[in-house]
Amino acid sequence: MNIAVIIDDVQHEALPSASVAGPAPKRIVVAYGFWVFLLSDIVMFSALFAAYAVLVNATAGGPTGAQLFNQVSVAIETACLLASSYTCGLMSLAITSRRYVGTYWGAAVTFALGAAFLALELREFAGMIAIGATPQRSAFLSAFFTLVGCHGLHVTAGLIWLIVMMAQVAIKGFRPTVLRRLLCFALFWHALDIIWVWLFTVVYLMGVLP
Amino acid sequence: MTDPRHDRAPGDISTLAEAERGMPSDALVYTSGFVLAVILTATSFWVANTSLIWGPGIPLGLAVLAIAQMGIHLVFFLHITTGPDNTNNVLALAYGILIVLLVVAGSLWIMADLHDNMTPPAEFMNLHMQH
Repeated sequence: MNIAVIIDDVQHEALPSASVAGPAPKRIVVAYGFWVFLLSDIVMFSALFAAYAVLVNATAGGPTGAQLFNQVSVAIETACLLASSYTCGLMSLAITSRRYVGTYWGAAVTFALGAAFLALELREFAGMIAIGATPQRSAFLSAFFTLVGCHGLHVTAGLIWLIVMMAQVAIKGFRPTVLRRLLCFALFWHALDIIWVWLFTVVYLMGVLP
Repeated sequence: MTDPRHDRAPGDISTLAEAERGMPSDALVYTSGFVLAVILTATSFWVANTSLIWGPGIPLGLAVLAIAQMGIHLVFFLHITTGPDNTNNVLALAYGILIVLLVVAGSLWIMADLHDNMTPPAEFMNLHMQH
């Protein structure tokens, strides 16, 4: 008797099959497709991570990670990116309730934190190149600049995308196409932060261990 | 926002029905995720710099903290849940993680093996500047 009741409950919770429910709304299809793209992007990053892990000791007599990496700068970069992920989430909430001012504020803070992250990273790269630690110096540095630079390029693309989206919100308003793009942007920005978690763990923190 | 008849889009925030059932508000979800991520990040930086932990265990500890933080980001920021409306998203994620593990572990394994088998004897090592 009890079991029958439980099975009944489960059947009420379960989703109807696609043939009963009909095609999913465009918002779900678009976000799911973008989710698959993000996962393939993460697979690409995993190849770069593997290359870096293989080449991390191939310094060819040049500088090692422990000599090059500055943990304070990395900590500030991490704080910027994490906080920008949070403000991006707050921006998503403002978009859900169709608040223009909240959206613009969330976007502005997200952009400022992302730009601060990028400026710090570029300063780090410039400092390394100034002391001769260029990508062509050793296999380790080639892998380092490829991996970290690829993440930096993604952040740059995200910042440009954010500007474009705010222009679309200002001109077109919260119409369905704009809302779908904003959902994809939020997914992209949060996924970048997941990649950065692995970057600072594998490259910067494990790189300075004795 | 989401139609209960369908799967939920990844990144979509809770539905009205959930708000009525007393689920935590969306701002609270983002804030608790942010706080947890900050704690985990700070712990990572502390673990890398402390002498309190046995040295060889530190990389493992850092990896565990990174996995935990990845989970926090997925649940609190990307809203990936174990609910029935999230099955597609979770399956895609599981497949992605499988490929990532294969690529990383496979590359490290085969390259370490190649390195061990192809490293010339010690007397030739001075000809090779790689290490």
